[in-house]
Amino acid sequence: MAVLIVERRAKVVQRKRAKSKSSTASTNGSAGSALESLEKHSVVKPVDISVSFPGYPAGSYNHRDLGLTDETVLGIYHTMLLQRRFEQRANQMYGKQKIGGFLHLYIGQEAVSAGTAAAIEIGKDSVITAYRDHGIALALGMSADECMAELFGKTDGCSKGKGGSMHFFSREKRLFGGHGIVGAHVPVGGGIAFAHKYKGDGGVCLAFYGDGAVGQGGIHEAMNLASLLKLPIIFIIENNEYAMGTATHRAFGHTEFTHLSVGYDIPASQVDGMDALSVCKALQDHIAMAREFQPSLLEIKTYRYLGHSVSDPQKYRTKEELDQKKEDDPIIRMKAYVIDEGLADNDALDLVDTSVKKEVKAAVDFAENSETPDLEKIFENVYEENDYPFLA
Amino acid sequence: MAVLQFREALRAAMTEEMERDDTIFLMGEEVAQYNGAYKVSEGMLDQFGPERVIDTPISESGFSGLGVGAAMNGLRPIIEFMTWNFSFVAIDQILNNAAKIRYMSGGQFKVPIVFRGANGAAGQLAATHNTSVESIYATVPGLKVVAPSNPDDAKGLLKASIRDDNPVVFLESEVLYGMKGEVSDDKDYIIPIGKARIAREGKDITIVAHGNVYWRAMNVADRLVEAGYDPEVIDLRTIRPLDINTVTESVRKTNRCVIMDESNPFASISSEVAYQIQERVFDHLDSPVIRVTAKDTPAPFAKNLMDHYMPSEEDAYQACLRAMYVT
Repeated sequence: MAVLIVERRAKVVQRKRAKSKSSTASTNGSAGSALESLEKHSVVKPVDISVSFPGYPAGSYNHRDLGLTDETVLGIYHTMLLQRRFEQRANQMYGKQKIGGFLHLYIGQEAVSAGTAAAIEIGKDSVITAYRDHGIALALGMSADECMAELFGKTDGCSKGKGGSMHFFSREKRLFGGHGIVGAHVPVGGGIAFAHKYKGDGGVCLAFYGDGAVGQGGIHEAMNLASLLKLPIIFIIENNEYAMGTATHRAFGHTEFTHLSVGYDIPASQVDGMDALSVCKALQDHIAMAREFQPSLLEIKTYRYLGHSVSDPQKYRTKEELDQKKEDDPIIRMKAYVIDEGLADNDALDLVDTSVKKEVKAAVDFAENSETPDLEKIFENVYEENDYPFLA
Repeated sequence: MAVLQFREALRAAMTEEMERDDTIFLMGEEVAQYNGAYKVSEGMLDQFGPERVIDTPISESGFSGLGVGAAMNGLRPIIEFMTWNFSFVAIDQILNNAAKIRYMSGGQFKVPIVFRGANGAAGQLAATHNTSVESIYATVPGLKVVAPSNPDDAKGLLKASIRDDNPVVFLESEVLYGMKGEVSDDKDYIIPIGKARIAREGKDITIVAHGNVYWRAMNVADRLVEAGYDPEVIDLRTIRPLDINTVTESVRKTNRCVIMDESNPFASISSEVAYQIQERVFDHLDSPVIRVTAKDTPAPFAKNLMDHYMPSEEDAYQACLRAMYVT
């Protein structure tokens, strides 16, 4: 059993208002000093949450300590590279108008999905996520072929061309979607976890959502229900710092998302999402808790390199910020780790890249050659019945 | 057969189905310890225990979504809304997730779930607590919408809904929960979804209704009989899929139709039925189809205004006479 470094409870203490808060208040001039004067005489004081949650920093874990084989680490490297090459090619295909609709790319966040896949039991545990879903699909072992075909709207796509980029599903890999309405899938994740517990099948549910989704009410309802019903679920905030173009500090009065767990009495931690091994370790710990029906919250600090979608001019952030973030690239980090640990040399890893590129190229060919759905398929899978009386 | 209240018929349906299939569970506000806000689930906690009859906090979005996820992962949830008015804070879970996940997943995940509770007007509750939701949910492909008018239909249709592999919106009526009627005690008593019922056969005019307002339609029919006419009354029972054939066959015979509907009139079930009648049997109509609906306003509070808001039997009676060119 992994060392439990996730705290059971957080302590909330009130003390004198922190300096940063008073400086915020005093920007309001006399209003700030009026407030300070009020505080002197009032029983109610501004909140200062003094609570620390454990973190899983980057560069802190060796795969052997996590129980991962050398092959698994090479697999992590492979899937991260596959995700990146897949999406680079998808971006190109979007430019060529081979792909329509929205295309939300995951590039920069690959360590999250790769670390996750290394920590769960694929086929037993369940995953549900938002619309930036290509990375986790590939990490779970869905083929580049079926994923690319879905982007192309083809019948061999993982959702038969009915879902598109935002709605990848796989019953076999237990990927419960791919969901386009921000935050709306998180209560669904609670239900998936509920069914795991009800059936006693030992599985747990990982519900991923972005920092933007934290503002949605359904997430809070789901956390409360999970706490009450003791559901085997991990609420996972993939905090890439921007909800579309809105930075977290412009969307939330309090941006320490781990603190949310206090209100629902569930444990929480934070992990550096640029290191797949850190993500894996964090999830191993959280999954161990979930298997004992202790729900928890995990904030993964990550960053997306590209825009919210491919049509995003990204005027809300600076090039300097982006360049600085790219310096801690998850794939470069893993490559260095693999070489340092002597798991493979540079030449061998170049071969991985060559084969991944080939795989992605083949996926594009597969998608090109796959059939578009027959027009009568528009009526298929609306209902269970094939003879449902649709209006003509 | 046994004489049961509407609520008891619903309870019998849920209880029998839960005895038959242990993947079925009931979840909602006050369904367990309180025995149901309208006592529909009375005694079910004692029989099935807290793992299968589950009280929730007031979190419609949360527990509706939970139901959808549980259904995707192999269970058959019954989610109770205390009233359908409260479903609006969970509407995304119903019309996006429950209705569309089968489609968007290319058929990989089905969502066998029943959302049920009290629908429609229930007296002086003012505008937010008197909504008839049928047209809102019936417009969404992927959902089935069922609205029984009597205890026997309530049992047979609820059992059918629980056994259905699609998400079903099951609309009860608060004012009918105490109504008594003969109910089948057959453990496999299923009334198929999508079949209307000819409640009274006649040849002069067709009156279409469903749910609570069906009883107003029957009163109108009684008055017409007293006046020497022979009306036919159709209880739709299911809103989606709509059994339009039963309606059009009737109109072919009577050549006249009045639709009674408790919903607001704009883009409602009555407008859909009227449209489909003219589309399919226009040549058989001897007069325009007339709708008698709730007023096109929010539901008011004052008693006289609320009475005026509801589709009245007098208006429907007069509409029938007009359709028959008597007045």
